[in-house]
Amino acid sequence: MKIRLGEIAYARSGDKGSGATLGIIAYTAKGYEVLCDALTASAMEAYFKPMGAVGVKRYEVPKLHVLNFVLPEVLAGGGSRSLRIDAQGKAVGQVALEMLIEVPESHVAACRKP
Amino acid sequence: MLRIGNAQGFWGDSVDAPAMLLAQQPDLDYLTLDYLAEVSMSIMAAQRAKDPSLGYARDFVDVVKSLAPAWKAGSKGKLIANAGGLNPQGCASACAAALREAGCTHLRIGVVTGDDVLSILKSRPGDPLFKNLETGEPLSAVLDRIFTANAYFGSAPVVDALKQGADIVITGRTADPSLVAAPAIFHYGWSWEDHDHIAGALIAGHVIECGAQVTGGISTNWLDVPDAATIGFPFVEMEEDGSFVVTKPKAGGGCVNEQTVKEQLFYEIGDPGNYISPDARVSMLSLTVHDEGNDRVRVRGAKGSAATGSYKVSATYRDGYWAQGMLTIFGRDAVKKAKRCGEIVIERVRRAGYELDQHNIECIGTGACGPGLFPTPELQETVLRIAVHDSRKDAVDRFSKELAPLVTSGAQGVTGFSGGRPRVSPVFGYWPCLINKSEVPYKVEVVTI
Repeated sequence: MKIRLGEIAYARSGDKGSGATLGIIAYTAKGYEVLCDALTASAMEAYFKPMGAVGVKRYEVPKLHVLNFVLPEVLAGGGSRSLRIDAQGKAVGQVALEMLIEVPESHVAACRKP
Repeated sequence: MLRIGNAQGFWGDSVDAPAMLLAQQPDLDYLTLDYLAEVSMSIMAAQRAKDPSLGYARDFVDVVKSLAPAWKAGSKGKLIANAGGLNPQGCASACAAALREAGCTHLRIGVVTGDDVLSILKSRPGDPLFKNLETGEPLSAVLDRIFTANAYFGSAPVVDALKQGADIVITGRTADPSLVAAPAIFHYGWSWEDHDHIAGALIAGHVIECGAQVTGGISTNWLDVPDAATIGFPFVEMEEDGSFVVTKPKAGGGCVNEQTVKEQLFYEIGDPGNYISPDARVSMLSLTVHDEGNDRVRVRGAKGSAATGSYKVSATYRDGYWAQGMLTIFGRDAVKKAKRCGEIVIERVRRAGYELDQHNIECIGTGACGPGLFPTPELQETVLRIAVHDSRKDAVDRFSKELAPLVTSGAQGVTGFSGGRPRVSPVFGYWPCLINKSEVPYKVEVVTI
């Protein structure tokens, strides 16, 4: 079934020059497995494409149930140069948590916030 | 065990936080304050151009004043801050004067200088090390516009200042986590080869460098944070083995838990397996985060390896001018009207003879923070925001005159024009690059008040 990413993960984002960094943290171990399947670098790049994402990188931190992403170019110039309201990527985490991801119905309960 | 707090996450953070944290946690050994973001130096450079005695975070002098009563009452808490910006000596002089006035003359101030590498960069614009780390462009592309350039020093100069008996250490550009790692390295007498210990202290620094961002501030579940109005600032209990507990004073609001710590651990991090600091390269892949309850979270397992031979440099260059303005539009077809109003402004600037280099029209309320990702809703109310950029100041000046006329010629429901015309500001681009450490010796001076 399709659920909102924010139901099984929390996030924090920031800026790195013209791009953003984004840590997505699963609430549970099962949730982390689901994230690893659903949030590939290319899935993330496709989601953030309208904001200009290109060359998205994903880093796995299994011990902490974290996927860390670098999203180049999504801030259209970044900190001092972007004309967007969210020039520093403060809201990118919130944008990400609205993503709809496919989760097997039998797994959903084990992924949700305890 | 060593207690190191942070009470300033950026230049403009809570002015009461430093004195508050020291009052709530009198047994703090060190209080660190972080003032410098990527382009802060350009703001300081503009201030210094008007008055050569400036070029540092002036708010810091007031903070030092606010701490004087605690120091006079016998507090042993030492203060470490990168508030010196482009003029650490000027900053130290102003602090010394403030402390003399407060009758607090028993302290010693350490001043770290040498991070300013502007002349070195200007002399070798073709050096491949000075290429923009993000874009790969050679420095020669902005040579005539380059404005500031500072190397990120690590812990070493601060450790030196503490060895010489400094109670207050004022630096220019220093890597944020090093402000916290330095007192740990000094206190435990670690060698520069104790990479894992130093890595642990750097992670501790990274976790608290943004102040309230680890005590519940900007956390995903912020609505659940208790008493956010009195949110406390964090401190770490640093252990000799490089592990630490992140916590906050008992008094005041906010919280420290597994979620707040994990969020901050991954704030503005690229490759977590290779986090580069001037003091060490750090891997976060082996970290464990254990929530002990009662706002105490234990972090251990950082792995370090030898630092690289270069410092990162944060340079800035002049990059034209910008302005932003906002208007509220209420009523039927609010979004359509707002967009049309925005287009009219740009058209009028064009008719006045200026084809703006860049402009951006946003309707706040329609998902402007995720442009293109969300369907545009029918709103009864929206805020039109227009931001423009141009290399010519007069072009941006012209834009700033075109918002107010919409109050009488724009859509019905245009309201909320207040605060006068949008302010036209210079833009400073960010130019990250590298420089060989051997080229940038630091200087430490410890002075009495």
